[in-house]
Amino acid sequence: MTEKLHQAFNAIREEAEARRNAFRESPVPKIHIGMATCGIASGALETKSAFEEALAERNMEAKIHTVGCFGHCYAEPVVIIDHPESGFPPIFYHEVTPGKARMLTKLFLEEGDPRFEHVYGATEMNEMIPSVMEFPRFNQEKRVVMEKCGRVDPEDIYDYVAEGGYAALVKTLGLTREEIVREVQASGLRGRGGAGFPTGKKWELARQARGDRIVICNADEGDPGAYMDRTLLESNPHQVLEGMMICAYAAGARKATVYVRAEYPLAVKIVKKAIRQAGELGLLGKGILSSDFDLEIDVFQGSGAFVCGEETALIRSIEGHRGMPRFRPPYPVEKGLLGLPTITNNVKTLASVPAIIEKGADWFRSIGTENSPGTAIFSVVGDVIHAGLVEIPMGVSLRTLIFDICGGIPNKKGFKAVQIGGPSGGCLPADFLDTPIDFDSLTEAGAMMGSGGMVVMDEDTCVVDVSRYFLDFTQKESCGKCTFCRIGTFHLLTILERITKGEAREDDLEQLEYLSKDIKDGSLCGLGKTAPNPVLTSLRYFRDEYEAHVREQRCPGMMCRPLTAFFIDLDKCARGCDICGGCCPVDAVFSTKNRKKAIDQNICVKCGECLVACPPDYSAVRKVSPPNLAPTIDRPEK
Amino acid sequence: MDEDVLAEEEAMLNDIISGIGKFEKERGNLIPVLQMIQEKHAYLPEASIKTVAEHLEIPACEVYGVATFYNQFRFHPPGKHPIKVCLGTACHVKSGDIILENFERKLGIKDGETTPDKEFSVERVACVGCCALAPVAIVSETVHGHMAPSKVEGLILRINMEREKAEREKQESEK
Ligand SMILES: Cc1cc2nc3c(=O)[nH]c(=O)nc-3n(C[C@H](O)[C@H](O)[C@H](O)COP(=O)(O)O)c2cc1C
Ligand code: FES
Repeated sequence: MTEKLHQAFNAIREEAEARRNAFRESPVPKIHIGMATCGIASGALETKSAFEEALAERNMEAKIHTVGCFGHCYAEPVVIIDHPESGFPPIFYHEVTPGKARMLTKLFLEEGDPRFEHVYGATEMNEMIPSVMEFPRFNQEKRVVMEKCGRVDPEDIYDYVAEGGYAALVKTLGLTREEIVREVQASGLRGRGGAGFPTGKKWELARQARGDRIVICNADEGDPGAYMDRTLLESNPHQVLEGMMICAYAAGARKATVYVRAEYPLAVKIVKKAIRQAGELGLLGKGILSSDFDLEIDVFQGSGAFVCGEETALIRSIEGHRGMPRFRPPYPVEKGLLGLPTITNNVKTLASVPAIIEKGADWFRSIGTENSPGTAIFSVVGDVIHAGLVEIPMGVSLRTLIFDICGGIPNKKGFKAVQIGGPSGGCLPADFLDTPIDFDSLTEAGAMMGSGGMVVMDEDTCVVDVSRYFLDFTQKESCGKCTFCRIGTFHLLTILERITKGEAREDDLEQLEYLSKDIKDGSLCGLGKTAPNPVLTSLRYFRDEYEAHVREQRCPGMMCRPLTAFFIDLDKCARGCDICGGCCPVDAVFSTKNRKKAIDQNICVKCGECLVACPPDYSAVRKVSPPNLAPTIDRPEK
Repeated sequence: MDEDVLAEEEAMLNDIISGIGKFEKERGNLIPVLQMIQEKHAYLPEASIKTVAEHLEIPACEVYGVATFYNQFRFHPPGKHPIKVCLGTACHVKSGDIILENFERKLGIKDGETTPDKEFSVERVACVGCCALAPVAIVSETVHGHMAPSKVEGLILRINMEREKAEREKQESEK
C-alpha cells in the first residue's frame, strides 16, 4: 500500500525536479517578479512587459518566473534577478518601475553591472553585496506558513512539489487518521481565524462524529485592513490545499470547500487553477495517489459580508440564505453544512498543517510560546516604514515587531498606538509595547489576535476617529439578528460621531461604556460580542483624548475634520505665490489686499492639499485644533 | 431610442434565462446564480430576481432578501468607468475619505451612484490589499496608489479627454 503510494508520488516528484533543474541549470538569467495583488497594484504587470520588451529589443534570452508575494509590500514591485554569468549572487531589487526594468536589462543583464545604487540586497550571503538576511525585516521573521511565498509560481503545481510540497500528504496517507489527529493535537496548533480554538480538538470531534463530514477553508477575511489570507492563496495555494487534504483525511471527509470572498478575483482564479492541476496529477479526486482516500474540493465565492466569516453564518450562506449566525451548540463539527459534521478552519491554520506533519509536533512546539506555538502573520500597515506582511514566532514583543522588523515610524514622528485585530480588536498605547504577541497576552491587554490586521498610528492619528471608523464598519455589517448588536452599535456610532464633530454631551463617555457592556452581553455571535472592543480599549487607554474632544472641542491628533482648521500665516506667506490656490479643490483660497493668500473657512473642506503644496521655504499653511484658533480673514467682495 | 433600450433589456433577460438553465434547482445555487448574472451584466436587473425565483422555485422576496443582504450585489448598472475608493483601515488613517469626497464633488454624485451620462460611478470598497500604497483608488480596474485630492481631477480629466478623442475620431472616420 505505502509502496504504491510512494511510486505514484515519485513520478510526480521526478517530473517536478526535472523541470526545476532544467530551469536552474539553464545558463540564461532568471528574473523572478512578485505578481500577487499588491505587486500588480504597484505596477508589476508593466514591469514584466518592460522586461520582456527590453529583452526582445536586445535579442537576449532570460527566463521570467512569476511568483507570489514576498510580504515586502513597501518595496513592490519586487524583482529578484539571478544572473550567474555576471558572477553576482541573486539580487533583490525594490520598486522596479518599467524604466528601472529597461535599465537593468541593458546594464545588468547585458553588460553585467548590477547598479549598486538600486540594489536592495543579495538573497544569499556572499562577499560582494550585503545580503538582505542582514536586515531585521528578513532575519527576524520566522517563516513557516509563508515559507514558500515568493519562491514558487502559484500557477504551477510542479514548482510547489519541487520545493518539497505534497510530501506531507504522502506521509499522511501512510499513517492512520488517529495518528494524524494526535500529531496535530500534540503540536498545540490553535486556529488562526481569531479565536484560537485548538485545531486538533476540532479535528478529533469531527473524526468521532457520524455521517459524511465536510471541510471548509475559511478565506472570507472580512477585516477591512487585513489581507494575509488572500496573499497566501495567491502566492501558494497548494500549501492550503495540502492542509485541507490532510484535514479531510484525518476527519474522514470526502468533500471540502474553499470559501473565498468574491472581492478577491485573483485568489479565486488561482485557487481554481490549483485545484484543477492537483486533480490532473491525481492528488484530488478518487483514489488519491493510488490510496483509497477520495476527496473533491470546490470553491464557493462569498459575497462580501463581514459576518459570513463567522462559521455558522458562512454555512448559512453556502446553503443559499442570508448569512446570519445561529446559536451554538450544536457546533458545526456536530451539525454544520446541511446538517453534516463540518470543520471550519482558517487559511493560515490549514497552511500550517503540512509543516507540522512533515517536521513533527515537537518541531512546531519549538517555535512560539508554550500556549501559542507556531508563528503569527500580521499585515502591518499605517505609519510604519516597512509595511507589509510579517510572519513572526508567537511571543515576540510588539516593540520588536514594529520598531525592529518594520523599521518604526516614518518622518521622525512619535508612536501613539497600535490597533490589533481589526474591528474586533483593540487599541494599545506605548505602555504595552513590550507585551508578547500571543493569543492570551493580547486578549488580556484588551486587544485580540483577531484577523491579524495591525495598524500602527503615529502622534498625528486620532484614536477616537479610528474607533469611530471601526464602529461605522461593524454597524453596517451587523446582520441585524440581535437587537443589541443592530441598534446598540448604531447608538455607539452616533455618540462617537457626535464626539468627533465636537457636539458631544457631558455624559457621552459614560454612555459609551455602559452601552458597550450591554452590546457585549446581548449579542449572539462574535461580531456583536467584540464590536465595542475598539471603543472600550481606546477609552481605557486614551481617555484624555476623548475628554479633549468632549470638553475642548479639540482633536489632539488633528484628524477629526470638524475640529480642525487650516489657515495661512501671513508673515510667512510669499506675496504673489499662488501654489495653494491652484491646488485647492473648492476655491477656498483667496488673495488678500496685499496679494497674500488666506483661506475662506466657510468653504474650506479641510483636505490639507494647501499644506502639502506650500513650498517648504515658506511653510505658511498651518493646521490647528480647535478650529477657533484660526484667525478669520474676510473674503473681499468681488 | 426607447425601442433600442427595450430590445437590449429583452436580450439581456434571455441571456440570463439561458444562463440560469445551467444551474440545478437547488437552494444552494442561489448565490452562485446571482453572482453569474452580476458577473455578466455588472448588476442584477429587476426582472432577473423574478426569473431566478421561478427557476429555483422560491419566493421572489427570498431572492431579494438574500441579494440585498450581501454587499457584492448591486441593483443599478455601474458607470463605464467605475471608480472605487478604498476605505479600508490603512486608507482610512491616510484620509481615504477625503479622496472619496473629491471624486463625489468632481462628478456631482454620491457614493454608490452613477453619473446621468452613465460614464462614471463611485463606490467605496474595503481594503484592496495594497495598504502600503494607501490611500488607494481604483479607476476602471487600474489601481492608483498614494492618491491625493489634487490627483482626482487629473484622473477624471484624462478619461474625459480620451473619450472625446475617441468620439472625434469616430466622427471623422464616419465622414
Ligand atoms: C464576526 C466574525 C468574523 C469572522 N471572520 C473570520 C474570517 O474572516 N476568517 C476566519 O478564518 N475566521 C473568521 N471568524 C472565525 C470563525 O467563526 C471560525 O472561528 C474560524 O474560521 C475557525 O477557524 P480556526 O479554528 O482555524 O481559527 C470570524 C468570526 C466572527 C464572529
Ligand atoms: S486599506 Fe486600502 S488597500 Fe488596504
